[in-house]
Amino acid sequence: MTPTDIAVRVEGVAKSFGNTRILNDITIDFHAGSVHALVGENGAGKSSVGKIIGGYYSADEGTVEIFGDRVTKFSPRDALMRGVAMIHQELQLVPELTVLQNVFLGLETQRAGVLLKGDLTRFYELEKTCQFGLDPNARVARLRIAERQKVEIMRAVAREARIIIMDEPTSSLTEDEADRLHALIARLKAQGTTIIYVSHFLDHIIANCDRVTVMRDGQVIRTDPIAGETKQSLVDSMLGKASEIIWPELPPPPPADTPPVAELRNVYTQTGLKDISLTIRPGEVVGLIGLVGSGRTEIGHALFGADRILSGSYLLEGEVQTGLTIHKAVKRGVALVPEDRRKQGLVLTQTTRPNVSLATLDNIAGLGILKPRAERQRVRRMVEHFGITPGRVDGEVAYYSGGNQQKVLLSKWAVERPKLLILDEPSRGVDIGARQRIHEFIVEMAASGVGILLISSEIEEVINLSHRGYLMSEGRIFAEENSADLGVEQALNRIFHQQSANETSEKGVNA
Amino acid sequence: MTDMNMPGKIAPRITGARIGHFAQQYGVLIIIVALLIGLSFASDSFFTARNLLNILNQSAPLAIIACALTLVIIGGGFDLSTGAIFGVASVSAGWLAVNVDPYLAIIAGPMIGLVLGAINGIIITGFGVHSFLVTLATSLVYRGIAILITGGALIPVRIAEFSWLGRERIGMVNVAVIVFLLFMLLMMFLLNRTTFGRKVFAVGGNEEAALLSGVRTNLVKIMTFCLTGGAAGLAGVIAVSRISMAEPQAGAGMELEAIAAVILGGTSIMGGSGAVWRSVSGVLLIALIGNGFNILNVNPFFKDLTTGVIIVIAVALAASASRR
Repeated sequence: MTPTDIAVRVEGVAKSFGNTRILNDITIDFHAGSVHALVGENGAGKSSVGKIIGGYYSADEGTVEIFGDRVTKFSPRDALMRGVAMIHQELQLVPELTVLQNVFLGLETQRAGVLLKGDLTRFYELEKTCQFGLDPNARVARLRIAERQKVEIMRAVAREARIIIMDEPTSSLTEDEADRLHALIARLKAQGTTIIYVSHFLDHIIANCDRVTVMRDGQVIRTDPIAGETKQSLVDSMLGKASEIIWPELPPPPPADTPPVAELRNVYTQTGLKDISLTIRPGEVVGLIGLVGSGRTEIGHALFGADRILSGSYLLEGEVQTGLTIHKAVKRGVALVPEDRRKQGLVLTQTTRPNVSLATLDNIAGLGILKPRAERQRVRRMVEHFGITPGRVDGEVAYYSGGNQQKVLLSKWAVERPKLLILDEPSRGVDIGARQRIHEFIVEMAASGVGILLISSEIEEVINLSHRGYLMSEGRIFAEENSADLGVEQALNRIFHQQSANETSEKGVNA
Repeated sequence: MTDMNMPGKIAPRITGARIGHFAQQYGVLIIIVALLIGLSFASDSFFTARNLLNILNQSAPLAIIACALTLVIIGGGFDLSTGAIFGVASVSAGWLAVNVDPYLAIIAGPMIGLVLGAINGIIITGFGVHSFLVTLATSLVYRGIAILITGGALIPVRIAEFSWLGRERIGMVNVAVIVFLLFMLLMMFLLNRTTFGRKVFAVGGNEEAALLSGVRTNLVKIMTFCLTGGAAGLAGVIAVSRISMAEPQAGAGMELEAIAAVILGGTSIMGGSGAVWRSVSGVLLIALIGNGFNILNVNPFFKDLTTGVIIVIAVALAASASRR
């Protein structure tokens, strides 16, 4: 094969953030004019490979060649000059400008900087390839996510990108829209464009890609033609033969007649929860199983006093709560580890010590005056308990790895044992070791009598680490099960089934 | 979705970061020491207890404001109304000293400032408007109140029971300097040794995280504005008792000087980090430059220009250090 047949060659690439190595010895050839899929579990490193090719991350080791030219400068701009465009999960458009202005941003028809007419003609020229049917004069701020994504794709096509990286392009599209996207991909491919397709929708990959690279834990497992692959063969490679995750054993559930630490009765909220009833007993881990947007996080926020309850009642240790605020909830022993640790959890301008102390300052102070020695002792205990590295009481959390940041965040609530602990995506984006420790922590807390609500996008995690699970869809709980009786596939099937049932019933009402 | 939640694109370069860190940490102090040495060589009358105490005494009102303002800025806020509060407190205290009681006047100045600061804080948190806009507006209102109180006139206040605050000394040290030092220590204590101070840092560093940790963020913000208002009031009273004259336009422009001093000291305008000693250093640096001009008999036309250039250099240094 001549070098020009290879659009992108990634060789021996490694990448670390802080102490966490996210990519290790990645070698992949992307053939010109092919659609090449990257698959793997969350955190496998597939988006990171895309970001290195797209110039968003620089490789620590190894080389990246684009059409035989070695890349030395990594920036999205340089990548674009080489004909590489990346379409993101987080879209990068100027919301106040129109579709037309966004598509030709930086490429406007102009003479000496003065804008001329002609963009519209070019837009319709582009539309012949794309066939999206977008209104060129619509403001991007008013478009739905799926439409914004189309604008991004048009933008890449307008730049005559020879390589387009699409990161989860179908995650916010309906099935119909996804089909149209795939038709476009086929047209682009026919014109010789190389597509790098990052996704975890295996059906889409099998139907639309030519080759596939399976990744796991920052490493390439294999790269093969798609022909002959099945969903099962891909999943087997993604997970590895024996799953490396060892689930710690939960303590036995509390007797069914134990009075609950928290109870919701027919709760409605402004955030879209409908008729939610649930109970959490001391020493019990309760899981919420549902897709993103099904209302899992919102239940956590309602229990934490962060969202107002419109109707229905909320009982903490048997007492009805009215006018609950976060401040009061925390005082009553409710703790929430939020899903976005950098935005909602940690104060990154500060070190480990104040971050760990923040929620329970009164316990290390008298009359509002801090007791430095007591504080240090308490924080040191946590650092040792969780094995936080670097093991310093005043470490700069901002530069910690995801796993260690998460441990600091957990310390904030573990330092004084809460009564109700709400964990929202506690192991998202952390390495295996930290994940293991976090799972052990959940078991520890349950064993010591804390009631736990576990929210996670990984259904496997919820099922294996909870006693009971509530299945959710569109702001409602539609079933309650013993987690031991649930399987991942079965749970997913029921959720999808419920969702389509909702859709048909809604259509029935509208008709 | 491979959202790894990584700390951005950070390549740890230890040496560069350390040098930068040091420059950011102690830049102001380095410049102050350099100025102290330079001016001592340039003039015999500079490095004398008398001159140095004089510098402190003259800077006391500004330094008091800057100390408290540090808390507002660390908490992620901004206060453009300290000059106007200074004015209201000045004329109120002057009027009370003349017409009611001089001691009451001394107490009332800071109290009035506290209330005006509370009003700032309540509007900011109650309506969720940025503190920059709110205090810009209230500064006009407060200045208007100051003018209404005197009808635009000046109030002479020649009362010994009042003017001791700005004029008397204990030993060699002016009372105002002692008041300033005590106030500075109080602010340092609040910021570093109390749960309140911790919350101020958290609110400025990441308000959502503070809220989700059970911190009553609005209350914390209101309290920082109260303190700053109180400080501006205290500063106003000291100034009136010093010049024995209350004027409604007193303190005009002081809000910007105070902000400049805080930022010059190295407290982050983004909130979440900073220290009281930094702001005091900022005030002293500005004062030293002014004093140097006086002592060396340099054309005072260059004073503002020089001060401005030094602020730009110091802030640029800090910014380049924080951009790791």
